[in-house]
Amino acid sequence: MKQLMRMFIVVTLAVVVLLIGVNYLNSSQSTSGNDTLTVFNWGDYIDEDLLTEFEEETGIRVIYETFDSNEAMLTKIEQGGTTYDIAVPSEYTIDKMIEQELLLELDHEQLPNMEHLNPDFMDLSFDPGNAYSIPYFWGTVGIVYNPTVTGDVDFSSWDDLWNEEFENEILLVDGAREIMGMGLNSLGYSLNTKDQSELAAAQEKLLTLSPNIKAIVGDEMKMLIGNNEAPIGVVWSGEAADMMFENEDLDYAIPEEGSNLWFDNMVIPKTADNIEGAHQFINFMLEPEHAAQNAEYVGYSTPNQSGFELLPAEISEDERFYPDEEITDRLEVYDNLGQEMLSYYNELFLEFKIELR
Amino acid sequence: METRSRNLFLIPYAFWIALFVIAPVMLVLFFSFRGLDGGFTLSNWTHFFTSTYFQLTLSSFWYAFLITLFALLISYPTALILTKTKHKQLWLLLIIVPSWINILLKVYAFLGIFGTYGPVNALLETMGIGTQQILFTDFSFVFVSVYIFIPFMILPIFNALDKLNPTLVDASRDLGASSWETFRQVIFPLTASGVKAGCQLVFIPSLSLFMITRLIAGNQVITLGTAIEQHFLVTQDWGMGSTIAVFLIAVMAVIMFLTGDRKRGLANEKNV
Repeated sequence: MKQLMRMFIVVTLAVVVLLIGVNYLNSSQSTSGNDTLTVFNWGDYIDEDLLTEFEEETGIRVIYETFDSNEAMLTKIEQGGTTYDIAVPSEYTIDKMIEQELLLELDHEQLPNMEHLNPDFMDLSFDPGNAYSIPYFWGTVGIVYNPTVTGDVDFSSWDDLWNEEFENEILLVDGAREIMGMGLNSLGYSLNTKDQSELAAAQEKLLTLSPNIKAIVGDEMKMLIGNNEAPIGVVWSGEAADMMFENEDLDYAIPEEGSNLWFDNMVIPKTADNIEGAHQFINFMLEPEHAAQNAEYVGYSTPNQSGFELLPAEISEDERFYPDEEITDRLEVYDNLGQEMLSYYNELFLEFKIELR
Repeated sequence: METRSRNLFLIPYAFWIALFVIAPVMLVLFFSFRGLDGGFTLSNWTHFFTSTYFQLTLSSFWYAFLITLFALLISYPTALILTKTKHKQLWLLLIIVPSWINILLKVYAFLGIFGTYGPVNALLETMGIGTQQILFTDFSFVFVSVYIFIPFMILPIFNALDKLNPTLVDASRDLGASSWETFRQVIFPLTASGVKAGCQLVFIPSLSLFMITRLIAGNQVITLGTAIEQHFLVTQDWGMGSTIAVFLIAVMAVIMFLTGDRKRGLANEKNV
């Protein structure tokens, strides 16, 4: 029994020591606020040479951390205890973060390079006047396909997926808004609709696709399509770019009926320590040469007009990733539908998945 | 003195249970009565019992049943053979070793093994059967799940068989029972507690599988676990997610109660 008591005391002591250690580390971290900048970005989503260049130019040391989903990022910032100076959420998450008052308003005077941005990508519904966010990259949802298997079909229409030839050959991304949006778009409805009859029609249309659907998957799609496991996938343009880099047979198309246009944006969370440094960083990334260098490295589409003009022609003239206005006009950005409508979309998507077999 | 020191030792345990078992369950229960607006509501529950979730529940149970059944069919004979081998601890270890590897890694491995260009299809091809669609089917889902749960089924059965007094089997034989009768009348009833424990360990987690449903079954199989994951991560409708979780907890409690009670009876008999 004495031994047990001793053990208990040892454990308690260890816990106390650890707590003090954590406290000490935390406090030493936050005092160095003005010469470091903590950036919280998606994995493999920046040319790291730019970080070195930024450090040399400003003398600010950059701490770079990554996340793999908007939800994970949001939870970390919500819970506090972090001092991220920059985060890069997607548009629907920004809407939520503004609602929950997790973001700081940007000081546009400190961001003179905003003038380089393409006006088409500014002042969007999720953040009017760009009060909180600056677009970082953008992309679309479309169809990646392997022409050596699918033949002549060019996937210029969502309805091409319903072709009877493609039995059990299509992979869909596991996202309620993406797939419900595809159903809505194929019927000519808006992918932000709140009309229940339109949504029901979309769900019914999706169900008629079930013989062609091989699986509904997540990030594994990259691997599956890259390995020729399936010839067709509905996916985000950036993922498609990755797949096409791995497997040169592949091609990507944005259906003409319309699709989703998404943005990842730089924001300054409320918990930021180095607010001035964060503005400097955003401004640095908006510099046309830097934007072009980054876009070339990452492979996504840059919203920076002057930077876009600096890109080599083989990239900037690639209509699959920089579609012309005729197509972008038909693309829609996700509105924040509100919690209830979002639940309804997910409910319909869940039903669709249950009925799939 | 003895009761006092016993009470003293109970303190950390009680803290642990209160903080990490009772509090989370109460929180989940609390959330299940919260609507999207944060107010008290029963709508999560009415929604659960009227809509597609009922269908979801049925299919979850069906797959959990299949997984448990196949795991048992494979594990019992295996455990029986294991107890008869010379180096049984070594063999047991070899069976347990795969469970030290992260489940996700094992599941990813199956993506390769079952793929169109994977070894299984290559084998089928050379045998003249031709390439089959194995991934994203019910078969692959049940197969991989059974593979993952087998160690959890074998261990308790092995322990029960190992503890079985061999003289009882000899006696049964001496009294003229055939091998089958001995198994049915002596061995199986005496190891039923191990079977029950194994079934609990397999059935309950298989109800809430969610990763394998996406990776191996390509969401062609949907379980309650998938729905919980979606509600917590995507819709952030924690109320509905909690409702499903509470339902699962309740079902598990019922299963534990039903299978556990008789086990206790058996233990008492032994003590007598």
